[in-house]
Amino acid sequence: MSENRAQNTQKPGTNIFGWPDQMGHFGTYGGRYVAETLMPALLELDTAYRKYVLDESFQKELYGLLKDFAGRPTPLYHAERLSKKTAGGAIYLKREDLLHTGAHKINNTLGQSLLAKHMGKTKVIAETGAGQHGVATATAAAFFGMECKIFMGTEDIRRQAPNVNRMKLLGAEVIPVESGTGTLKDAMNEAMRYWVSTVRDTFYVIGSVAGPHPYPAMVRDFQKVIGEETRRQATEQIGRLPDHLVACVGGGSNAMGLFYPFLNESIRMTGAEAAGRGIETGKHAATLCAGTLGVLHGSKSYLLQDEYGQIKEAHSVSAGLDYPGVGPEHSLFKDFGRVEYVSITDSRALEAFEVLCRTEGIIPALESAHALAAAMDIAANTPADYVIVVNLSGRGDKDLGIVEEVAGA
Amino acid sequence: MNRIEEKFKTLKDKKEKALVGFVTAGDPDPETSESIVTAMCENGVDILELGVPFSDPTADGPVIQRSSARALKAGMRLAGVLEITRRLRKSSEVPIILFSYYNPIMAYGVDRFYKDSLSAGADGVLVVDLPPEESGELTSGWKDDKFCLIRLAAPTTPEDRMRMIAQNASGFLYMVSMTGVTGSGGLDTTEIGDYVEKLKRFTDVPVCVGFGISTPSDVAAISAIADGVVIGSAFERTIEENIENPDIASIIGKQTQAYKDATR
Repeated sequence: MSENRAQNTQKPGTNIFGWPDQMGHFGTYGGRYVAETLMPALLELDTAYRKYVLDESFQKELYGLLKDFAGRPTPLYHAERLSKKTAGGAIYLKREDLLHTGAHKINNTLGQSLLAKHMGKTKVIAETGAGQHGVATATAAAFFGMECKIFMGTEDIRRQAPNVNRMKLLGAEVIPVESGTGTLKDAMNEAMRYWVSTVRDTFYVIGSVAGPHPYPAMVRDFQKVIGEETRRQATEQIGRLPDHLVACVGGGSNAMGLFYPFLNESIRMTGAEAAGRGIETGKHAATLCAGTLGVLHGSKSYLLQDEYGQIKEAHSVSAGLDYPGVGPEHSLFKDFGRVEYVSITDSRALEAFEVLCRTEGIIPALESAHALAAAMDIAANTPADYVIVVNLSGRGDKDLGIVEEVAGA
Repeated sequence: MNRIEEKFKTLKDKKEKALVGFVTAGDPDPETSESIVTAMCENGVDILELGVPFSDPTADGPVIQRSSARALKAGMRLAGVLEITRRLRKSSEVPIILFSYYNPIMAYGVDRFYKDSLSAGADGVLVVDLPPEESGELTSGWKDDKFCLIRLAAPTTPEDRMRMIAQNASGFLYMVSMTGVTGSGGLDTTEIGDYVEKLKRFTDVPVCVGFGISTPSDVAAISAIADGVVIGSAFERTIEENIENPDIASIIGKQTQAYKDATR
């Protein structure tokens, strides 16, 4: 603790560890940029989170849920045929796609819902893009017997229909959001508006390492189990830590979860953003690669915006990456050069999607396919003993409709 | 004394409450918008709030969301809002508060924003998503009390936090009447009276109440318990209903008069 505090007093730009500070800043990023009505709720959440993160019985209860209900630990799997195909480095997949509900999102929603329960909240809301976070929140809400509303853009409802049905089956109310492009940003706008009106009894389960403090730190802490397990499994299976970690970055929660426990190690890390139809076309979601500093949805971070501070519409074939913002801690990592952020186009992600289906018999989420494409690039230029771990953050059942649509077009 | 302080002093002498009128600058288009705000100033608005349109207004209800979208479509940006302010200032001494989300100000540059707002004749700014914890980066370069940061308190704000907000207040304090977005319904004047009374224990700065106030009788009820009343969505609703109407400015002018009468 005292060590953390010492780090927190350092000036931004001098140390990558120990963030956020007491006010929720990651260097110059993060913070709490919200309407006054929400501030007391964020302060209450911060206090509760600080209390329970150190509480042994809370952590034990959460660990039990992750193990018995969600299916942790997930395998660290050596994708030999995929590695062979790229004829280079050894690609390992961290199989978050095998978790209950089909993605890493459940790690966070169980954590936040358990916290909500301890705080005496009986209603939860969430925004969702691909629907994975919505399904994971609806699942946790069903498990804890909480009332659940999920805000989802109409375009995403169209392209991720199976997840909409899942949420409804789980007892959640799916609220369609028509404003803007009907995608994740718009869903988050509407969820925040609804939260302003219901903040006294409603817990907002944010799905990524984004939003106002304490969400970026809290979601990171609920997701870092991915990296902690990977550390243990790599040591057991290959007798050492991996050389390179790769994950896709929309808001950035699965990447943060994998990277965070390795920050101290001399291991390379790559975050794959969505280049959509190509960064030069303007139709992309590569916030860190092509964005500028701004404030959206409660925190300061890189953003896709015009010169007047109006937020641009993102584009990606993957609904989960289709977001013009990114978690503030990723912005810090970018500035430090700790993580290298690259961008992968829709078509390259679709190629990687197909390759994994055929070589390994695994259908990945289109989000994770971006990470796979980046990993295959890295593997192609590294020797056979170079170990690359890819976070296979979700499974692709939800994407079959969109893949078919693109193939038919 | 800045224009806002002078205004409240005059109102106190006349035993009137302040009518604070909000419209999104540039809605439905820059020219019409300018005639609308001019009509508001000529028909009794005591303080004018000029909304800076933003693509993602997360604290606003559907009415102001649509007005913001119309203004953006018509090309209005922060520089244009300052231009309207500058022209209005030539003919009127009504205090003008810019009402914005933080991102357009950041993109403009906080120092440049301060300098240009002052020179345009604006008297302050209210930044919806900039709580006191984060406001230092905006105000650290401000030199005198000519330009105010209008702070907000909400029904969810506990007393110790109200004290902190009130102690740093300048111009006036904006008491949000309900937990919700702009344009919501369901005013509870008893409850609002309690909030205002609590807030006033910590400060001598005037307290204005906003959110969900739409009729002259609402205005009269709030005038009985606060120093001023903020009307926003109700003006925007009128604009929306009269977009094609050439008399739009005089209609808004009459609406302003009716509200102003209710503050006396």
